[in-house]
Amino acid sequence: MQCQICGKRPAVVHFTEIVNNKKSEYHVCEKCAEEKGYHVPLVKTKFSVGDLLAGMVEQPGSAEEARVGRVQCPKCGLVYSNFKESGRLGCSECYPTFRSQLRPLLRRVHGSTKHVGKTPVRDAARVALRREVQGLHEQLQKAVELEDFEAAAGLRDQIRKLEANDVRAVEGGAT
Amino acid sequence: MKLTGLSASLGRWLDGSGPASDVVLSTRVRLARNLAGVPFTHRAREEQLAMVYSSVLSAVRKTPALTQSLALEMRELTPLDRQFLVERHLISHDLADNGKLRGLLVLPDESISAMVNEEDHLRLQALASGFQLRTAWESVNAIDDELAQDLDYAFSDELGYLTACPTNVGTGMRASVLIHLPSLVLTKQIGRVLQGITQVGLAVRGFYGEGSQIMGNFFQISNQTTLGQNERETIDSLERVTKQIIDSEQRARDELLKDARVQIEDKIWRAYGTLRHSRVISSQEVVNLSSAVRFGVALRIEGLASVQTLNELLVRSQPAHLQITVGRELEQRERNILRAEYIRRLLGEGGSVPVVSN
Repeated sequence: MQCQICGKRPAVVHFTEIVNNKKSEYHVCEKCAEEKGYHVPLVKTKFSVGDLLAGMVEQPGSAEEARVGRVQCPKCGLVYSNFKESGRLGCSECYPTFRSQLRPLLRRVHGSTKHVGKTPVRDAARVALRREVQGLHEQLQKAVELEDFEAAAGLRDQIRKLEANDVRAVEGGAT
Repeated sequence: MKLTGLSASLGRWLDGSGPASDVVLSTRVRLARNLAGVPFTHRAREEQLAMVYSSVLSAVRKTPALTQSLALEMRELTPLDRQFLVERHLISHDLADNGKLRGLLVLPDESISAMVNEEDHLRLQALASGFQLRTAWESVNAIDDELAQDLDYAFSDELGYLTACPTNVGTGMRASVLIHLPSLVLTKQIGRVLQGITQVGLAVRGFYGEGSQIMGNFFQISNQTTLGQNERETIDSLERVTKQIIDSEQRARDELLKDARVQIEDKIWRAYGTLRHSRVISSQEVVNLSSAVRFGVALRIEGLASVQTLNELLVRSQPAHLQITVGRELEQRERNILRAEYIRRLLGEGGSVPVVSN
């Protein structure tokens, strides 16, 4: 098969591009692929999941990107540009450290930024409590928007009560 | 040699039992977990990796359901042994290739296993024969709860189980079915089906999971997302989609038979004949030919082989399996001859090794 672009050299790079659910197949030679900037992941460059993920949310080459790339995790020392190369975070603390960068990425990948699955058994009771509190906060917000102050007051009391329990649970857990 | 037990038997997930086992070879559910306060594997120091390994080992030893498990440290295994475990779907290439302290804990029947210090500290997996998503999820979930009594998992209320790669964060769960779709491939409907799968948030991969080739008409279908949906919902939606795919495979099969029954049967019997009588045969050939025979079994053609025999053939004719069976390294040319011999014997006598139950 000949290259679709130059029509001279043999096509060695074959890939399928899906844009807005529209599938196109490409067969090009190595030289044209390089000129067009198509990645040749398995042949030459090291394929980077991180760049792929990060590329979903950032415009490359901006000053903002350079600044963000230098943000460093205080716990493990990983800088954001490391993550972009490897696609892997360094430790649990990287999640809050890079929160603002990760949120849009998680939304793209998962369609959500919220865990709704199981919790480790030892934490289960506390997490259930916090989820309840969060649900009440959302209801409270709505009640305020609707100017239903009576309901809002009731919700606020409920939240205070549950949060007091949570504090006791945390203190109880620490001793 | 530590692998003797595994190499002389066949995991329960290959016994050909379980619902729809003529279409779905196996079901897998894995959970990614990390220990709180320890950097993820690729950033951890050697002594931290050793700590993770011993913590997991001690938690496993305290779990009644796992007392029978074998503990294999990767550095103590030969490259051939590690390749064997990859072929057996028990470890990833990544775990096999890395020189760091990494391990595998596995029950003798292979129904539950755990990779330690892979991309995440712990990759717990349940493997089951046929189409059994719920059963596999329930067994891995129960083990996970047991281990959480001893292991302090990295977890946040907002993002769930924290993983090295953000594509796994949340449930940390990847559920998958290894499905055989010859009719959809033959009728050229497979492209459309696969496209549909990716549109509903599921992923399609090859025979050995991520980054592997599609071969022998086998496709691995798995969930893509781990946030915004709980484990049960994810399992249910994968189950629904898989059922639809099985249905469309069956419809395509009916169409094929209506138009070309004799031609199809001819292809199947020729494939069987080659497997049964060849003297030199490559792995790739085995995969393709046994796919045709498996298709015949799904069509209820009498006199071929059982699903279990086909599973055994697929797994045990792979390069490392052959070499471990004869106890030495072999050149490719020798392997191809030995493989043909093994298959002739297997198809002549039916299944040759026992299936393990704990």
